[in-house]
Amino acid sequence: MVGIVGYGAYVPAHRIKSSTIAEQWGSDPAAIERGLLLTEKTVPGQDEDTITISVAAAKNALKRARIDPQKIGAVYIGSESHPYAVKPSGTILIDALGIGPHVHVADYEFACKAGSEAMYVAYSHVKSGEMEYAMGIGADTSQGAPGDALEYSASAGGAAFIFGKTNVLAEVLFTHSYTSDTPDFWRREYQRYPRHGGRFTGEPAYFKHILGASRAILEKSGMKASDFAYAVFHMPNGKFPLKVGKTLGFTNQQMEQGWVVNIMGNTYSGSSPTGLTSILDVAKPGDKIFMCSFGSGAGSDSFIFQVTDKILEVQDLAPKTRDLLNNKKIYLSYGKYAAYRKKILFND
Amino acid sequence: MRDVAIIGVGMTKFGELWEQGIRDMFAEAAIKAMDDAGVKKIDSFYVGAMSSGLYTYQEHLSSLMADYMGQIGVPGLHVESACASGGSAVRAAFIEVASGMSDIVLAGGVEKMWDVEDGTIVLATASDQEYEAYNGVTFPGLYAMMARVYMEKYGLTREELAQVPIKNHKHSVNNPNAQYPFEISLNDVLKSSMVADPLRLMDCSPITDGAAAVILCPLDRAKEFTDKPVKIRAVGAATGPIALHDHKDLTRLEAVKLAADRAYKMAGLSPADISFVEVHDCFSIAEIIVAEELGFFEYGTAGKAIAEGQGTYGGKIVINPSGGLKAKGHPVGATGAAQVIEAYYQLTGKAGARQVPDAKFGMTQNMGGSGGSCIVHILEAL
Repeated sequence: MVGIVGYGAYVPAHRIKSSTIAEQWGSDPAAIERGLLLTEKTVPGQDEDTITISVAAAKNALKRARIDPQKIGAVYIGSESHPYAVKPSGTILIDALGIGPHVHVADYEFACKAGSEAMYVAYSHVKSGEMEYAMGIGADTSQGAPGDALEYSASAGGAAFIFGKTNVLAEVLFTHSYTSDTPDFWRREYQRYPRHGGRFTGEPAYFKHILGASRAILEKSGMKASDFAYAVFHMPNGKFPLKVGKTLGFTNQQMEQGWVVNIMGNTYSGSSPTGLTSILDVAKPGDKIFMCSFGSGAGSDSFIFQVTDKILEVQDLAPKTRDLLNNKKIYLSYGKYAAYRKKILFND
Repeated sequence: MRDVAIIGVGMTKFGELWEQGIRDMFAEAAIKAMDDAGVKKIDSFYVGAMSSGLYTYQEHLSSLMADYMGQIGVPGLHVESACASGGSAVRAAFIEVASGMSDIVLAGGVEKMWDVEDGTIVLATASDQEYEAYNGVTFPGLYAMMARVYMEKYGLTREELAQVPIKNHKHSVNNPNAQYPFEISLNDVLKSSMVADPLRLMDCSPITDGAAAVILCPLDRAKEFTDKPVKIRAVGAATGPIALHDHKDLTRLEAVKLAADRAYKMAGLSPADISFVEVHDCFSIAEIIVAEELGFFEYGTAGKAIAEGQGTYGGKIVINPSGGLKAKGHPVGATGAAQVIEAYYQLTGKAGARQVPDAKFGMTQNMGGSGGSCIVHILEAL
């Protein structure tokens, strides 16, 4: 049996409300909230970045895994906001957590799917027998251009998963990836903010790839939507994941535990991974969990997990995701938000 | 001048057609129309498109479309008159057949609008670049000003104005080619995002991909191709000032009246003879003003009349049985041709659940910009 042996999430404490951003740009707050099903998002503090978020999430994963960090054979961080263009995020993390030096490290990117692919590769190394434990992390401090629709959703946060063969909390039963050349959202080097193709990001991108991967994994596994206790999809806004889930036959009840976007925003590479941690926090032995990510460019990674009875031993060993989201919130004005997110030009 | 008939029609679905480019859509509509008419070769064609260049960087539609619809060698022409491009293409084809120059002429239109991020700038090329667009106003703004003046002058309420899109969405439910074949409520209209006060999102026609084409031939040859030809009884066309500020009255669209008067005169008919009309509801207020200019209602009364049901089945005249630009969709260059297709379906009894009963004469009204150009066709069931 190969699967998740430790998991953890981290979200920053700062928040900004959709209504604050809407008022800034003269948009109708009610229409925005109705259209995106999003009321607030997380904002990284001035000293937070993808690496600090990854370290915090990984610490929580290690608490639940209860293993010697030295036994981890590989660490992969997937993000589209790695702090350096050239210099790996993963190396800072391993030294912070006492992992390595006999460890393989690589940074991953693929828009919002970088986290799930880090998970997939980590899982594959353990499955193939190459190593005892491997960690995959998805974390981001994504930026939305001022006044752009993405400004309401681009947020910060992440989740870490340690894969192994002993004391497995959630077994990986199946995986399936679906990828094509679909340029719905991109950022050229030296550009500050990404660009996107408007409605082209919907049906030809998000829906096509999530449905492609999801239908294939359901067929491969011989399962149907009603077999699952929970389902989580990439969450660029509140509406898309509910719509794609419904198309596949999932109910709102199956999706609501993992549907963290309405109070978190879209943490890009952290999106479906963080949703997954929220599900693991409450899952019961025997529960099957369906997960499918999406990254622009475009592609989706899907997973089917089955929870074991070991899950009950670990849920309380580290902060639960919805507690992190609900218990500490520092609301920002637009001005403070713009300053923290470095949208204001200082006289450097 | 010979009498002219429509012997076949074809159109794509209207909507977000991600898998099709401009040539694919027009070829689909054209080939469907040729198959419908049972013709393998046409003598000539006209393709209406407002701005294939700015939307898709593609001009030279004569060559491109002849190529892709399998008619290389046949003469063709790209026709442009902003949002009246499609209707203008039909008119040009009508003249070529009526004059005796050609027998089988295809007229249609196409627009590929979803490949650009900001189509509003492209649409603004239908306005006065130097005196309107340069100063930042775009079409929602221009029509919003017309709406504001009309509401002030005639006491039309916001709720009454909303009845135009509500009615058009009721009609589109029965149109399999419509972009938005579903009903909307008063709340949907009043709560939709403000675009240009007082016009909200639900007052505005959408961005749409699509193509439509018709085949014309001399009436005395029509029976070679179909048992149910439709006669183009009349065409009337006119221009108006390009800039809204040069209209003498913002509640009037004089080019529409001029075009309609010319059509009625050529047809020997009056508004009372018309059973249904496809009008250019680019914005909700446009339908109201146009319905008055076409002579169906007294000035200042169309808004209230439509709100009371006079513009739908069982009322005085069915306006936009297809769902209109708002609910059927508005691929700019194709719209004028699609209106003629709706009239054809109605007059041949092929309109399914949206059939206007006992329709003998139908009208189409296609308009460019803020009333800068207008083409009116009157069609007759045979």
